[in-house]
Amino acid sequence: MNNITARSWALALILLGLTITAYKAYELGLPLTPEQNTDVWTVQAQVSFEGTGKPAKLSLFIPENTPGFMLLDEDFISSRYGLTIAKTNENRRADWAIRRAKGDQTLYYRISVARSNLSIDWDTKPGFPEPPDYPEPYASAIKAIIDDVREESADVESYTLELLKQLNSSAPDENVELIRDKATSAGQWTSEIINVLKGVRIPARIIWGIDISDAANNANLRPLLQVHNGDNWLTFNPETGSEGIPANYLVWKVGDRDISSLEGGNDLETRFSVTRTYTELIDVARQGAAKRDSFFSEFSLLSLPVQNQNVYQLLLMLPLGALLVVFLRTIIGLKTFGTFMPILIAMAFRETQLFWGVIMFSLIVSIGLMIRFYLEKLYLLLIPRLASVLVIVVILMLLISLITNQLGIERLLSISLFPMVILAMTIERMSIIWEENGAREAMLQGLGSLFVACMGYVVMTNENLMYLIFVFPELLLVILGLCLWMGNYTGYRLTELVRFKGMLGKEPR
Amino acid sequence: MRFFATPRELRARGVLGMNQRNSDYVMRYNPRRLYPLVDNKLETKRLALEDGIAVPELYAVVSIEHQVQDMANILADHKSLVIKPAHGSGGNGILVIDGRMGSHFRKANGSLLTIEAIQHHTSNILSGMYSLGGVPDKAILEYRVDFDPMFEHISYQGVPDIRIIVFKGIPTAAMIRLPTRDSDGKANLHQGAVGLGINIATGETTNAVHHNLLVDRHPDTGYETSGIVMPHWDDILRLAMQCADTVGLGYLGVDIVIDRTLGPLMLELNARPGLSIQIASGQGLLNNLHRVESHKQLPTDIDARLQFAKGLNQSEDIMQVIN
Repeated sequence: MNNITARSWALALILLGLTITAYKAYELGLPLTPEQNTDVWTVQAQVSFEGTGKPAKLSLFIPENTPGFMLLDEDFISSRYGLTIAKTNENRRADWAIRRAKGDQTLYYRISVARSNLSIDWDTKPGFPEPPDYPEPYASAIKAIIDDVREESADVESYTLELLKQLNSSAPDENVELIRDKATSAGQWTSEIINVLKGVRIPARIIWGIDISDAANNANLRPLLQVHNGDNWLTFNPETGSEGIPANYLVWKVGDRDISSLEGGNDLETRFSVTRTYTELIDVARQGAAKRDSFFSEFSLLSLPVQNQNVYQLLLMLPLGALLVVFLRTIIGLKTFGTFMPILIAMAFRETQLFWGVIMFSLIVSIGLMIRFYLEKLYLLLIPRLASVLVIVVILMLLISLITNQLGIERLLSISLFPMVILAMTIERMSIIWEENGAREAMLQGLGSLFVACMGYVVMTNENLMYLIFVFPELLLVILGLCLWMGNYTGYRLTELVRFKGMLGKEPR
Repeated sequence: MRFFATPRELRARGVLGMNQRNSDYVMRYNPRRLYPLVDNKLETKRLALEDGIAVPELYAVVSIEHQVQDMANILADHKSLVIKPAHGSGGNGILVIDGRMGSHFRKANGSLLTIEAIQHHTSNILSGMYSLGGVPDKAILEYRVDFDPMFEHISYQGVPDIRIIVFKGIPTAAMIRLPTRDSDGKANLHQGAVGLGINIATGETTNAVHHNLLVDRHPDTGYETSGIVMPHWDDILRLAMQCADTVGLGYLGVDIVIDRTLGPLMLELNARPGLSIQIASGQGLLNNLHRVESHKQLPTDIDARLQFAKGLNQSEDIMQVIN
């Protein structure tokens, strides 16, 4: 009965944890491993102009909504310039100003983005445009095209598709030819299409973006056409008619205004470059969280201030360490000093790294033990003796720090967090076991503790696990479930198989 | 011999593992509220005396540091005595004083102690060095058992004690632990004491285990260890059953010593008795535990229970069905 209740709880918790994890991984697109999609692109816009020695004002459109990507970070490199960011419905604009600009001026804007399948849609809703008065001969050409397309379409989407098909036809009629001749660039061509769409009062606009691909030093803005169907903006390639925003297309700005503008200078030039970088995905997820709109991301640890996040990152590894202790003690049957002491030691190893941590631990415990055995002869009371051991531990650590500093081993300088109280207690317990149960038992438990601490260190510093627990804290439910499950394990411990081997000589009875 | 046994082999021999002991026996049959009765040896002693169970005489209790200074007076009254923590476990913190040598006290192993060393040991006990969780404790000063001469040949210093597992009021397993030179006079198997299994039906020792290996002689005295019949065996079993009735724990370890003049005395009780008894007796505990559990109607009268316990190992049919 008891077993079944506990097992059901365990199962329910494990399932719940895994379900939420799966939801977040597959629905919200949080990657399960830090390796997955860790590439982050940095797009740099370089704006340069020739100063005239007079006040200068420079404006640059910068990305606001970026479907298919999440903004991780942005950076303005413009040392002496005053910077303000202007925000409109659809765009953001960086406005730089300076009292005196002389000679070549170069300013940079850098943005880091990572792929993400969380699409962010524009929520602007345009009005219906008035049909313009087209001058002849365009008026009759456009009218012919409009009527032609209307015949073969049902709604805004199919109308646009059909229009693009006709306008981009490889065998155009004279009406299409007439419009085509007006456009000499992709931008103008898109404007022409928008102009035609106005004739049927379909709201349309142009968006500009950059193709994100492996390092490109000279990337160019490329326009796409967007029409509004009453609910959403639909995106089309004005030259091929294919629908949707391409996977590697980073939307930079909306509208047909120039990407950059300048007052008080000459030779304005804007260049884009794209580089791929790799960053820790925890950072990606952390920075991206704010941009997301979901119940689970609002309550995510990623929305905490960064310094708190670091504490939690450490804290969240504790349950994993506890699970390890449960496993090593109930399934394997290792003996340790105290239940969770090894895990606290393992936490300390994080500061010093494993090798030096083990050396520190062994050194302090063995020197401490020797001093503790001497203290025994002084017939001190327990608490003063414990305090003395603690003071000695601190002195030992001080000495080790000073010595290693002289030797130039900087690693050991970071031992300040080494849990001194725990070390003192370890020394005390070890000496009692030494006296009561012999040196062998004391060494056995000491080595057992050290072993568990090492295992704990390996588990608790595993990048994948750290990432996983931090981004999916509901995995704690799974850990809880596993603890409940193991709490019901009544089988033999691994060490008991050795302990009771002597019984093999007997016939089973 | 192989380095390990498979779980299947152990199960076939009815070996009880630590996890199963905890979850299926200790947690199921021992209500936690009863633990203090056995964890506090003073309380155990008080209960035992109320119910007329024979225990070593209590000389004094040292409960505050101030009393440690006056210990010389108590020590002066008794030639030999035992000082132990009220909340000790696993035999830790027990100091046995055998006699005097001038101004010094002689320990069981012959080494000499000053009064200061004894006082230091006592204040260690008070500060909780040997108690669970380090909570402040009391020190018990009690009669030092003068063990029955029959154990002289098979014991090295220390006091041999008999451990009986009483399950639902029925003694189901028994062993006697003999201190050796390498156990430093302590009767703990993992410290190197010799464990001798005792046949519950006859009170006769069966096989012996030293450091987990089968032996047939005491490693220090060289005397044969099998076939020794425990004196007062029925009284010992009755004593164990009485203890279980008194504290009300369903799964209990009872430690009994046989005094030269006073006969069997209950030394202490254990709500989480160890598993080494299986190695000593060469029998898994589960066999008899299952036999007791499979009986819906266990006898209540103490003599009927005695007979039931003695018949346990004879009824091998049940286990053969289970296996």
